[in-house]
Amino acid sequence: MYQYIVKRLLLIVPTLFGAALLVFFLLRLLPGDVCEVRLAGTGTWFDPQVLELCREELGLNDPLIVQFGDFVGGYFTGDLGTSMWTGQPITHEIGLRFKLSLQLAIMATLVAVAFAIPLGIISAVKQDTWIDYVVRAFSITGIAIPSFWLGIMIILGILIVTQNLFGEGWMPPINYVSPFEDPLGNLAQLIWPAVATGYRYSAVATRMTRSAMLEVLREDYVRTARAKGLAEKLIINRHALKNALLPVVTIIGIEFAFLIGGLVVTEQVFNLNGLGKLFVDAVGHQDFALTQQLVMLVVLIFVVTNLVIDILYAWLDPRIRYA
Amino acid sequence: MAVITDELEEKKPLVAKTWDLCRRQPLGAFGALIVIAMIVAATFANVLSAYDPLWNNFEHMLEGPNAAHWMGTDEFGRDILTRIFYGARTALFIGLTAACFGATGGLVLGVASAYFGGIFDLIFQRIMDVIMAFPLIILALVVVATLGPGTENVIIAITIPFIPQCARVVRSSALAICEIPYVDAARALGFSHRRIILRHMVPNVMAPYLIMLTTFVGQAILLEAVLSYLGMGVQDPTPAWGLMLKGGAEEYIESAPWVSIFPGLAISLAVFGFNLFGDALRDVLDPKLRRE
Repeated sequence: MYQYIVKRLLLIVPTLFGAALLVFFLLRLLPGDVCEVRLAGTGTWFDPQVLELCREELGLNDPLIVQFGDFVGGYFTGDLGTSMWTGQPITHEIGLRFKLSLQLAIMATLVAVAFAIPLGIISAVKQDTWIDYVVRAFSITGIAIPSFWLGIMIILGILIVTQNLFGEGWMPPINYVSPFEDPLGNLAQLIWPAVATGYRYSAVATRMTRSAMLEVLREDYVRTARAKGLAEKLIINRHALKNALLPVVTIIGIEFAFLIGGLVVTEQVFNLNGLGKLFVDAVGHQDFALTQQLVMLVVLIFVVTNLVIDILYAWLDPRIRYA
Repeated sequence: MAVITDELEEKKPLVAKTWDLCRRQPLGAFGALIVIAMIVAATFANVLSAYDPLWNNFEHMLEGPNAAHWMGTDEFGRDILTRIFYGARTALFIGLTAACFGATGGLVLGVASAYFGGIFDLIFQRIMDVIMAFPLIILALVVVATLGPGTENVIIAITIPFIPQCARVVRSSALAICEIPYVDAARALGFSHRRIILRHMVPNVMAPYLIMLTTFVGQAILLEAVLSYLGMGVQDPTPAWGLMLKGGAEEYIESAPWVSIFPGLAISLAVFGFNLFGDALRDVLDPKLRRE
């Protein structure tokens, strides 16, 4: 087992290196850079010399191989560089937003799991009854509705309801407050995006739970448990669910990793200042330094999550042995 | 559809066969209906609507749904229903092109990787690992950032993340086929690589290929909407559903909710249709899931 973990950890290195290579050169392919965006923003004619000076300062004139060396070398010295747009250290920029994104990801996951597992079980146990059809319609709809549009609809719904109840519209607050200082204010802001994304996410997990349960319920050991007269509740909870959870854990893990960095649009809709918004801004400003670090962060989270899932697998299912 | 029904029952007339399939897969038939409706709306957009999707009419800005404008008008007085019809064109074009390129690219690479194996397979798998390590939307955004917005670039941005997804699925099916003696037999007969791949392997991985293809169409439509909504996809004034949400949706959410409601419904319905259709296709084509 330890050997396996070490092997997988070592395999992460080439994946990350490949990702770094890919994102670095992809970004350098595009015409223009942060200096042009910055100077064009002033709206007036600008001296080409100023442009050159700006590029020189940011190191954009260095040969690509030197720039790439700086980028990768940063991981060994612990210096991730500064944002080309704000001039702030990248660790600072990311640190500001990471809390919000992490909290949102956790909340969305909780919303999703709270719905997905019970619904998936009921749907599988009552296969081909009206409950099953309702649950399936619920989950198919969840996959089809874009979560950012659901977000817009939630805001619209809140507006209409509050307008009718209190006479004036209420919108979720825009400024982030720490959940430890003002739990209610924090919840008032983040519960809506958590529901909007959690719904889609629970739809995926519900389908997975249902199909895994259906498969397990047909196994011989479930029939044995029934034959020896165990209570149905016990059979489902102890015998079936435990074995059905494996693929569900995978889906939840992968989606969780995605949620931390991938809530680009939902953050836009709810005006949240998270990693997704930072990413869109960085891409818009052609801020190479920040963009590549954000991409690497997301890839790292993804790869590590996958590893954790695989280890969880072995822990949840003793039949799986990694050599 | 015709291909599938032919395989199942050969003797009945086409109408009866289609009816049979609809009865066995009611949800899939419903999905197919939505897909057909979308294709009709896209093809006959100019016949179905009397309005020009690009024509600004400032006398009728932000009108609610009424007899002349069934879904109301947007902030430039453009008819929303008309723009949804034309938007279906954009969505279908991008969705189908990206799905075809993505799935076919994956088919070619997946089969080749399984067939040739060895060092080629190993390198190829590592490259796929790297691409798969990116969340879909992040990779698409980076590609769009590189190429700039616009319809063609959106297609490329959506296609690239699809290729490894399909390649992986096709590769695992193809690996299983490589083990079956008839591939060895074909080799022993001295057939060329091309003939073995095209005549013996590709037809046998058609099921996962078609399943991935339909799944991709829905995903691509969703992804295109997201990119357009962020302003990094299809550019104004081309009618696209995501773009329609970007323009007025948030600004007029209180005063003109129809601007944001209908395009979102269109996206959901389209993705819904393709998903149902794809699920039914999976049930029909994948023998392991087929019910007795």
